[in-house]
Amino acid sequence: MKSQNELPNFSRRNFLKTSALAGGGILIGFNLFSACKPEATPPVDISKLNFNDFNAFLKISNEGYVTIFSPNPEIGQGVKTSMPMIIAEELDVSWDKVNVVQGKYDPVNYQRQVAGGSQSIRFGWDALRQTGATAKQMLINAAAVKWGVDPSSCSASDGIITNENGDSIGYGMVAKDAALLEIPENVTLKQVKDYKIIGKNISNVDNDKIVTGKPLFGLDYRTEGMLYASVLRPPSFGKKLVRFDDDKTRQIQGVIEVVRFGDKIAVLAENTWSAMKGKKALLAEWNNDKVLESSKNHDDELLAILDSDQGKIQREDGNVEKAFKNADQLIERTYESPFLPHNCMEPMNFYANVTADKVHLVGPIQTPAWTASKISKLLNRKPEEIHLEMTRMGGGFGRRLYGDFVEEAAEISSIAKKPIKVVFSREDDMAAGTYRPAIKYRIKASIKNGKITGYHLREAAINGNMFGSIAHFFPAGCIPNYKVSTGFYKSNITTGAWRAPYTNFLAFAEQSFFNELASELGKDHPTLLIELLQNVKGTNDKRIEYSADRMEKTIQLAVEKSNWGNTSEDTYQGFAAYYSHNTHVAEVADVMIEDGMPVVKKVTVAVDCGIVVNPMGAKNQIEGGVIDGIGHAMFGNFSFKDGTPQDVNFDTYRLIRMQETPEVSAHFVQSDLSPTGLGEPALPPAGGALANAIKAAISKPLFKQPFINQLEMNSSKILG
Amino acid sequence: MPTYQLKINGKRREVTADSDTPLLWILRDELQMVGTKYGCGIAQCGACTVHINDAAVRSCSTPVSSLDGATITTIEGLSENGDHPVQEAWKAIDVPQCGYCQAGQIMTASAFLKENSSPSNEEIREAMQGNICRCASYNRIEKAVKLASKKM
Repeated sequence: MKSQNELPNFSRRNFLKTSALAGGGILIGFNLFSACKPEATPPVDISKLNFNDFNAFLKISNEGYVTIFSPNPEIGQGVKTSMPMIIAEELDVSWDKVNVVQGKYDPVNYQRQVAGGSQSIRFGWDALRQTGATAKQMLINAAAVKWGVDPSSCSASDGIITNENGDSIGYGMVAKDAALLEIPENVTLKQVKDYKIIGKNISNVDNDKIVTGKPLFGLDYRTEGMLYASVLRPPSFGKKLVRFDDDKTRQIQGVIEVVRFGDKIAVLAENTWSAMKGKKALLAEWNNDKVLESSKNHDDELLAILDSDQGKIQREDGNVEKAFKNADQLIERTYESPFLPHNCMEPMNFYANVTADKVHLVGPIQTPAWTASKISKLLNRKPEEIHLEMTRMGGGFGRRLYGDFVEEAAEISSIAKKPIKVVFSREDDMAAGTYRPAIKYRIKASIKNGKITGYHLREAAINGNMFGSIAHFFPAGCIPNYKVSTGFYKSNITTGAWRAPYTNFLAFAEQSFFNELASELGKDHPTLLIELLQNVKGTNDKRIEYSADRMEKTIQLAVEKSNWGNTSEDTYQGFAAYYSHNTHVAEVADVMIEDGMPVVKKVTVAVDCGIVVNPMGAKNQIEGGVIDGIGHAMFGNFSFKDGTPQDVNFDTYRLIRMQETPEVSAHFVQSDLSPTGLGEPALPPAGGALANAIKAAISKPLFKQPFINQLEMNSSKILG
Repeated sequence: MPTYQLKINGKRREVTADSDTPLLWILRDELQMVGTKYGCGIAQCGACTVHINDAAVRSCSTPVSSLDGATITTIEGLSENGDHPVQEAWKAIDVPQCGYCQAGQIMTASAFLKENSSPSNEEIREAMQGNICRCASYNRIEKAVKLASKKM
C-alpha cells in the first residue's frame, strides 16, 4: 500500500533566500511552488536566484511584527488563513502579531501558484513548516551571536528568544542581524503535542474586508480609462458566426467600440451596463458548423456505450465474467447524472492591458502559471512579458482552472489596444461553461454463498470522466473479481473539472449500489463496508492509496456520532463512505417526510484528514461541501437542446438555498498524520448518504440525479 | 443623459446616466463603491442587496430613475467602523468562505432584523431564502443572524 504521506523531498536551502530590509527587519522568501512540485528539483544556479523567483514571503519587522505573504490562490477554501498558520506555528509567534497579505498588486515580487485538487495544504505542509522553523533558527542564531553564547543553549517561544543565563530578546531586535546570517540546513520541527496555533480555531483573515465591502475580487478591479467588455458568443455549441450588424449597438450611450475576434464579438463600453446593453443590441447571424447536440441524444449514446460493454479497462482483478456465471445472485443497476455548470457567485471576468512592453493581466484564476503560458503563445509574446496578478475569487469549483476568459480578455485588449475587462453576465457564465460532463454508470455484482464475489463498474461519460487512480479506490482490492471500464462520447460541448472531479457523481452511484447489496445480504451498510475493507488490509498493491484502517475508523466515528440505527421512528437514515483527494470521509443523512416529500434534516460527517490545521476553517469546508453535494444531487439539472443550454440563470436553474439546508455536524478522527485537503472530499459521499436515506424513507432507490424529478413524480402519485 | 440626485450612505451624490441603468452599476462603475456585488442581474440571488428607505432591495433590478428622493444604504455605509451587530456577528461566527455573496447576505439580514428583532430560526431561514451562497455557508448565516438579533 502506498504511504499516506508520500510527499516530495526538497532541500529547504535551495528554495529559501533572506535579505535585510531597508526599513529594518528581515525578509525571507521561499519558492513554495517549486518546493511543492512532486518533481521538485533544486534550481540550477542558486546564486542567480533573486526574490522575483519567490512566491511567498515572511517579513519580520524590528518591532517583532510578522507579515506572512500567503502563497496560494484563495477561492474560499481557506488556505489564505491555514497556510500562514503553519508558518507561524514553527516560527513560534503569537497569531495576533501576524498579518496575512496576498500581495496582489506587486507583479515584481510574486509569482503564484495553483488552487485545485485539495492539495495546497498537503503539498505545502513540509515547506511551510520548514520555512517557519528556518526563520526561527536564524533569529536564535543572531541572538546567540549577540550574547556570545552557543545557539543550542538558546530557545524561542512566542516571539521571544531566551538563553540559559536568563537573557531574553524579542525577534524584532535581532531580525536585522539574522538577515545577514547563513541559512541553517538542519532545523528541528515541532512535535504535534507542542502546537500552539495549529489545531486552534482561527477565523478567515479577510473577514474585516469582506463584511465591510472592500474591493477584493476580480470584478472589483479597475484602472483609469479601462473599458468594460461584454462578449457575444455563439448561442449554441456547434454554431459559428457568419456576419453581424452593430449599428444599434454603436448608438447606445457609453459604447466605444465593437471588436470581432474569431466567432465572438466584444462590445467595449465605459461601463458594464452599456456594454451589456450593447451586446443585446447586436444582430448576429450564425450557421451550423458542427452537430448540434441534445441531451436526449446524449442519453441514447451513453446508454449504447454501457450496453456495448466496450471501452477502456482501467483495472481488472480476477475474472468477473466467471464470477457472474457462478453466482447465486446477480444485481445490476444504472445510475445517471446530467451536466452541471459551476456557477461561481462571481461570474467569470478578467482584466487585460496588452501594450508594446508587456501584457498585464489581473483577475480571479486558479491556474496562473498555466494561463500565463497560454497567453504567451496566444499573443506570441515572451513569457517574461506576461504579468499576471491574482485577486481573491468569488468561488472556483474548478471553473477557474480554465483560462478561456483570460484569453478572451487578452485578445480583445490586443485588438483594441486598450485596457479592458471582460465581464460575463450570469447567462454568459452558464452558457459558456466547462461543465461537469453528463455521466452514466452501470454496476453489476455477483453474490455467492453470502459474499460479494464479482463487481464490474462501467462508466459512460460525455468526453470522458474517470481519471488517474480512481479505479483503484474502494472497492478495488476488497472484491476478488473486480473490473472498471470506461467509455466516452466525444462531444463539442466543453467539459472539465467540477468540485471533486471524477468522483462527485461516482460516489453516489457506488454507495447507493452498496446500500442495495447490503439489503440483499441482510446486512447493515456500514457493517458491510467494514467487512469488505478487511480484505484489502496488508495488500501489496501499490496502486491502492486509500487506507482500510483509516476508512474503518472513519466509518465507526460516523456510526457513533450519528446515533446510527437508533433514531426516532420518523427519521430515516442513509449512509455513505468515500475516499477522495487523500481524505477519508463517512456521512449519515437523516431524512424526515414533510408534506409527502422527503426532507434532509441533518448530515453527520466523520473525516480523517490527518492533523486538523484550523478546525473552524475545516468545519466550514465540510459543511459547505456536504450542502453543495446535497444541493446538486437534489436540484442540479443542466441540459442542452440543439447545442443550446436550456437554463442560463437562477430563475430556472435551481441551487440549494437556506430553507433546504440541513444541519451539518462534523467530527474528526484524531490523528498525528500529515494533513490532507478538505476543499472537496466532503462532497462526493453527500449525494449517496442522501439517496440512501430517501430510499429508507420512501422504500424506493434513486437512480437518477437530480433527485427532485423522481421525488416530485412520486409525490404527485401519492397526492393523486 | 439625465442627471440624478441620490442620497447614498448619508451623502448626496449626483450621477449622469441612462434612466434604465440599474443602481448596482451606478454604485459599482460610476461611484466605485464595489461592495455591492453582481450575481445574476435578475433579482434571483441577492448578491446586490442594498437598503432603500430601510428595506432590502435588489439593486440589479432597480433603475436609477426610480430613486429620486430615496435614501440608499450600501454595505460601505451600514456602519461607520464596520461594527454593525450583523457585521460583528458575521466575524464572530466566521461566516465567509469565498465571501462574494456576503455583503448581500448582511444587507438582507440587517434590514430583516430591523423589522423583526427577535426572530425564530424558521423566520430567519425564510427571510434569507432569497440570498444564494454558492459556498453554502447557510448554517453559519443562520447562526450569525440569531447572534446579531441578541445584540440589536
